[in-house]
Amino acid sequence: MQTGSRAGTNPLAMREYGIVFAFIGLCILVGALCQLKVVQGTWPQNAFLTVNNLLLILHQISVNGVLAVGMTFVIISGGIDLSVGSLLAFSGMMAASFATRSPGVTAWAGNYGAFIPIVVALAVGSASGALNGWIISRFKIQAFIATLGMLMAGRGFTMAVTNGNPISALGPEFRWFGTGKLFDAIPIPAVILGIVFLLAWIILNKTVFGRYVYAVGGNEKSARTSGINTKAILIWVYVLSGFLAGVAGVILTAKTGSAQTAAGTSYELDAIAAVVIGGASLSGGIGRLTGTFFGALIIGVMNNGLDILGVQSFYQLIIKGSLIVFAVILDPSRKLTA
Amino acid sequence: MPEPMLSMSHIKKSFGGVKALVDGNLDLEAGRIHALCGGNGAGKSTILSILMGFYKPDAGEIRLNGEPVQFHSPQQALAAGIAIVQQELSGIPHLTVAENIFLGEEPRRGAFVDFPKLYRQADALLSSLGFAIDPRARLDTLTVASQQLIEIAKALSRHDARIVIFDEPTSAIGEKDAERLFEVLRELAAAGKAIVYVTHRLAEIFQIADDYTVFQDGARVATGQVADINRERLIEMMIGGAIEGEFVKENAPTAEPVLELSGLGRAPWFEGVDLTLHAGEILGVYGLVGSGRTEMLDTIYGLETPDEGEIKVFGRPLPPGDVKAALATGLSYVTEDRKRTGLILSASVGSNLSLAHLRHLHSLGFVKRPAERALIDRAIAGMRIKTPSPAQLVRNLSGGNQQKVVFGRCTAGEPKILLLDEPTRGVDVGAKKEIYRFISNFARAGGAVLMVSSELDEIIGMSDRVLVIKQGRNVAELPRRAADQKSLMMAAL
Repeated sequence: MQTGSRAGTNPLAMREYGIVFAFIGLCILVGALCQLKVVQGTWPQNAFLTVNNLLLILHQISVNGVLAVGMTFVIISGGIDLSVGSLLAFSGMMAASFATRSPGVTAWAGNYGAFIPIVVALAVGSASGALNGWIISRFKIQAFIATLGMLMAGRGFTMAVTNGNPISALGPEFRWFGTGKLFDAIPIPAVILGIVFLLAWIILNKTVFGRYVYAVGGNEKSARTSGINTKAILIWVYVLSGFLAGVAGVILTAKTGSAQTAAGTSYELDAIAAVVIGGASLSGGIGRLTGTFFGALIIGVMNNGLDILGVQSFYQLIIKGSLIVFAVILDPSRKLTA
Repeated sequence: MPEPMLSMSHIKKSFGGVKALVDGNLDLEAGRIHALCGGNGAGKSTILSILMGFYKPDAGEIRLNGEPVQFHSPQQALAAGIAIVQQELSGIPHLTVAENIFLGEEPRRGAFVDFPKLYRQADALLSSLGFAIDPRARLDTLTVASQQLIEIAKALSRHDARIVIFDEPTSAIGEKDAERLFEVLRELAAAGKAIVYVTHRLAEIFQIADDYTVFQDGARVATGQVADINRERLIEMMIGGAIEGEFVKENAPTAEPVLELSGLGRAPWFEGVDLTLHAGEILGVYGLVGSGRTEMLDTIYGLETPDEGEIKVFGRPLPPGDVKAALATGLSYVTEDRKRTGLILSASVGSNLSLAHLRHLHSLGFVKRPAERALIDRAIAGMRIKTPSPAQLVRNLSGGNQQKVVFGRCTAGEPKILLLDEPTRGVDVGAKKEIYRFISNFARAGGAVLMVSSELDEIIGMSDRVLVIKQGRNVAELPRRAADQKSLMMAAL
């Protein structure tokens, strides 16, 4: 069944293991290239294979990872959410307006600690997501179009909050969520990613709701015949995606110390990339959170490794773009979804 | 007797072990319209596919104007002058009539389409056929009938067609448009072409065809001139003998009503449908495709909301358009097309079986796995589903086993009333009998079954009563002893 506990005959499980091997292979490749530099005497030590760097990777993928978790639900349900980058910026901006020591950027601006700004960000993200879901299910509009609209509108809302200005001078309580460390070692964003991933995994794999998400994406008519309220399921899926965009907005804003109107631009594409590399099918019904997690890790390791190796950013983009396409071409079970 | 233009003799064709054609014969004469008749699986479409070059025959001979020919591809058949007018409208809505007719063979000037020439060509073709259609009109502004005429023009434009095959050309158009189509057919025949006409509407055969050929079980069983036979005789020839022991029927209906429809209607599909289904009864619903049968079941089950009328289950009104309420009162629905509306192909056998029952198998939203597993194991055993494990993806199962998964899901909640839409479509003979046995046992245990089917044998073999639906209204109700193929077809056509 969905957990793939009987792996032998289940191609979904094969897909899951495939990505683990791909990840390990990538790590070995990047590690070996770095080791080459050590052997050549260019570097004093292997800069990739240090605990600090591996923690840094987790820190770096936290925002994309959180967005990709929401995107996994959306894609399994047969949709797509293009608005998460904009919703990240919008919720981050709203949170910042309640966590800033520079009054006057908005009519209500002030520093209210950490709790209130976070609640505001999550509420803004969830409400925008609910609007996405309502439009998609009520008017039977393709998710691509509805969330494309939200992508633009969300960016507009973000700018409207402050007339296009950024918000900085954020309070330390709020900033802890981006810069703090657990046990003086593990970055808080990585901890948040871990919690989000765990909870989401439980929801997707252990609850009735999770099973209904698969059912709606696999065959909406069949789900309806089984007495499932498919509209409600869809709305909740987009609420979840919006909520997680709010979480990502908190992390990014707290990490960078300011809310920028251009924050999160095109992040939706990285999130989709992570989900697709993770083996999900854009036609719905197929996908796993573990796949998405490794998909986000692969993108993170590649970004990090190519940075360390001094590869220029435009070549990085070419490599990343190729990887996404190859990942799907090489997917052994892809023919199942065609 | 003149030499036929086309003669196909003793054609054999098997797919795997299934013999689709045992002794296929077909003779076509120039200038005549030839009706090809037979039930589903009789071999009509196989012999036409061979003529069109889609399949290679295992044995037999095809002669065109006396010369033996072999078609290895549809292109070769087209080049030899055999054209088919597609049953389904396959035009591109946002292109013009002319662009559609010459799609892929547009006159060009370099890389550009030579539009003036394109429209001249289309004009010439349409007027030669006598179709008053503007070649510059966008296809989606035309009526369905005109679009069908465009399909004909397209088929005739490519090559000098000598044989034109029409596969159910009137299935999508109304009576008046059909008249226009018949005129065109007669003109084509008058121009010396041989026309093959396939239809399920028997009345049309007597309206338009000159000759007929009847297929049954992969062989030609009769051929001749339409003028020599009548409708009853044609139906008799199409039916032939029925197979014994195909069905299982051991239930006995009671007088206790469980499902009552009064004046149920949903525009434009059906209206004023009345029926009463009793405990222990199998009520067959027969009607042609498009008669509103599926829409009626959808509405009873609550997938759609009726415009008028009432549904009562066990004497209590059922809230309209509410699937959950229908499920709760003991209704369950095996839909028509298991791949499109029945199964979640991307999921496992187990997930498909438990899907409709998870709402009872959880605590605080968490699925109770042991209870779910027990339900799945019961369903697999109860329906005798052949699967290596519940984790197997349902798409890897055979058609019969997939259908058993749909049945398993629908019956795992112990329903009292089963709505079945084409319960054995695309299912092999062995699995069919198991499904019949299941239906019979379900009714014998006091359940009630409302079964829609377009297979006459199945309706007659399984039903206690048969309701005939025609154009969205119930037009006849026949008790089991009176329901034979002839009377049902007479009522439905």
